[in-house]
Amino acid sequence: MSAVAAFEIHYRRTLDPDGKVDGELPPFARDRDALVALYRWMVLTRAFDAKAVALQRTGRLGTFASSIGQEAVNIGVADAMAPEDVLLPSFREHGAQLVRGVTMQEVLVYWGGDERGSDFAGPRQDFPVCIPVGTHAPHAAGAALAFKLRDEPRVAVCIFGDGATSRGDVYEAMNVAGAWTLPVVFIANNNQWAISVPRSTQTAAETLAQKAIAAGFDGLQVDGNDIIAVRQATAEALDKARAGNGPTLIEALTYRLGDHTTADDASRYRDDEEVGRHWKEEPVARLRSHLTAAHGWRKADEEALIAACAAEVESAVESYLAMPPEPPEAMFDWLYEELPAEIVRQRAAMLEQE
Amino acid sequence: MAKARKETETSAAATELTLVDAVGLAMARAMQEDETVILLGEDIGVDGGVFRATDGLIARFGADRVRDTPLSEAIIGGLPVGLAAMGFRPVAEIQFMGFIYPVIDQIVNHAARLRTRTRGRLTCPMVLRAPYGGGIHAPEHHSESMEAMFAHIPGLRVVIPSSPARAYGLLLAAIRDPDPVIFLEPKRIYRATREAVADNGGALPLDRCFTVLKGADVTLVSWGAMLKETLDAAEVLAGDGVDAEVIDVATLKPLDMDTILASISKTGRCVIVHEAPLTGGFGAEIAARLAGEGLMHLVAPVERVAGWDTVMPLLRLEGRYMPSPERIVAAARRVLEYA
Repeated sequence: MSAVAAFEIHYRRTLDPDGKVDGELPPFARDRDALVALYRWMVLTRAFDAKAVALQRTGRLGTFASSIGQEAVNIGVADAMAPEDVLLPSFREHGAQLVRGVTMQEVLVYWGGDERGSDFAGPRQDFPVCIPVGTHAPHAAGAALAFKLRDEPRVAVCIFGDGATSRGDVYEAMNVAGAWTLPVVFIANNNQWAISVPRSTQTAAETLAQKAIAAGFDGLQVDGNDIIAVRQATAEALDKARAGNGPTLIEALTYRLGDHTTADDASRYRDDEEVGRHWKEEPVARLRSHLTAAHGWRKADEEALIAACAAEVESAVESYLAMPPEPPEAMFDWLYEELPAEIVRQRAAMLEQE
Repeated sequence: MAKARKETETSAAATELTLVDAVGLAMARAMQEDETVILLGEDIGVDGGVFRATDGLIARFGADRVRDTPLSEAIIGGLPVGLAAMGFRPVAEIQFMGFIYPVIDQIVNHAARLRTRTRGRLTCPMVLRAPYGGGIHAPEHHSESMEAMFAHIPGLRVVIPSSPARAYGLLLAAIRDPDPVIFLEPKRIYRATREAVADNGGALPLDRCFTVLKGADVTLVSWGAMLKETLDAAEVLAGDGVDAEVIDVATLKPLDMDTILASISKTGRCVIVHEAPLTGGFGAEIAARLAGEGLMHLVAPVERVAGWDTVMPLLRLEGRYMPSPERIVAAARRVLEYA
């Protein structure tokens, strides 16, 4: 017998859990302003998540999936993207969406039960959130094929969770992306829990990153609580895709510090001790430690930032709450470009009942 | 290549074509007039499709636009959603309807609702083609008729041609349509008849039934390959002095009830014929609509002649599954007994 294939999965980390530099910083991460900008997005996302959960608890928002603990994956990935790239998020990527130019108000409008929240004023070609797990991965391959056929230097970036990697759609999308050398970056946001099913039960594979190997392209792991590593790995994968060298799968190791959604109670299936351990590795404090040690980030800077983010969130919430609902006929009006006669009849019948 | 050139040169002249040739001709026409039209599917390239619907198209339009996919239905159904949202008009082929089920997730959850859920920001002008139906002695899972499943999905159009000319005109319309269309091709009649089809780019409406035979005594409503049995039944009935009107529904969704109701207002009697199983079949929708909107015109109960509510039998028994002209004639005679 002889070996016919061999592979290695590499792991990247730049900041250790205490925010100390572990290895060499990429050029962007030596710039204080660049790091502060990333930190600001993370703090804003965390403030937004907390507020959105509070809105749900008080009956002013529908079910919501907080991204607490996964801010580095969200912000790191989106910040590395070019404006003309396209983001295909799952449903826990509002941090990434905000960086892309989706507004907090739009995110709230969507989770508040109004389709207009997915009619982004900013990134017009970014996809809306994808609730059926992993079913958006084929769309990423399709968007990437569009870019390739038009010879556009654009990349489709698809983010999904650890659970999604068990689904055929994700493998099928990776397989075709590999076979056709499509400009896609797949991000597995491995937060360790698919609702109540832990990563250890999800698959016997040692890493999720190695699932790329079967599809014929590189997979790597990054410390998903280290925004510098996430951003750098994503930037490299984007460069590779843009240069015509095909897809990459990045498994970002992070942790879902909150419940799956506001309809979930994670204490049913995991203990506080585990969650407490992961709080010591979370991404926001990690970058703050680094900023404090390396760039003189002070308590006053922190307080000013938190106050500014809180005000920004508050203003978005006010706009959201003040937004009148769509007229009921809107449920019909976007079914087809031109409404068939039967739909016109049903629309009129619905309005008659009003 | 030679064949393709000939098609272009004689584009306005009518040629005698089979239904599957007309499908190919419509795709070629659409690709010629719109470079965003891309074909995807298994074996559609060099092989020209297992039924040869895409024969010659890879030579004419290249492998970028006539793409053999991996054996991956989630991709054949799902990749076009991304492609369409980014400005292309993909036409995807599922090799046989029995393999379409993995795609339904993509159709229900994404293709059919992308326009609605983004309030028109992203749209999905894709066509999903699949040969469907029994009667060609194919292996298991190759012969089902599951059009009603798709007709139940809001946001879709569901189209089934029954003749070469309608295949050409309806497929062109489907490809040009700004919304997703499920285009089901009755493979039993892919090569059953030839008909003069002019490659003039003329599309047919996607919201209209076609009255293919005029009559005043009874309305026979059908679609797809069953049009043949239905027309055969009409001929038998004509021998009895009964003038049957035959309607090809063609577009199941959106359904043109006006044409059916206008016919029933004249005949007062209706037999609906489809190959798909009876229960929950699309005939039930038409019958319910007749009961609601056409009751005052009806002088007899609506009859449905359909496939049995069985698992589609393998080839030895499939002939006993398929509705026959005899069953249609018998149903018509029953409704004609009412004064």
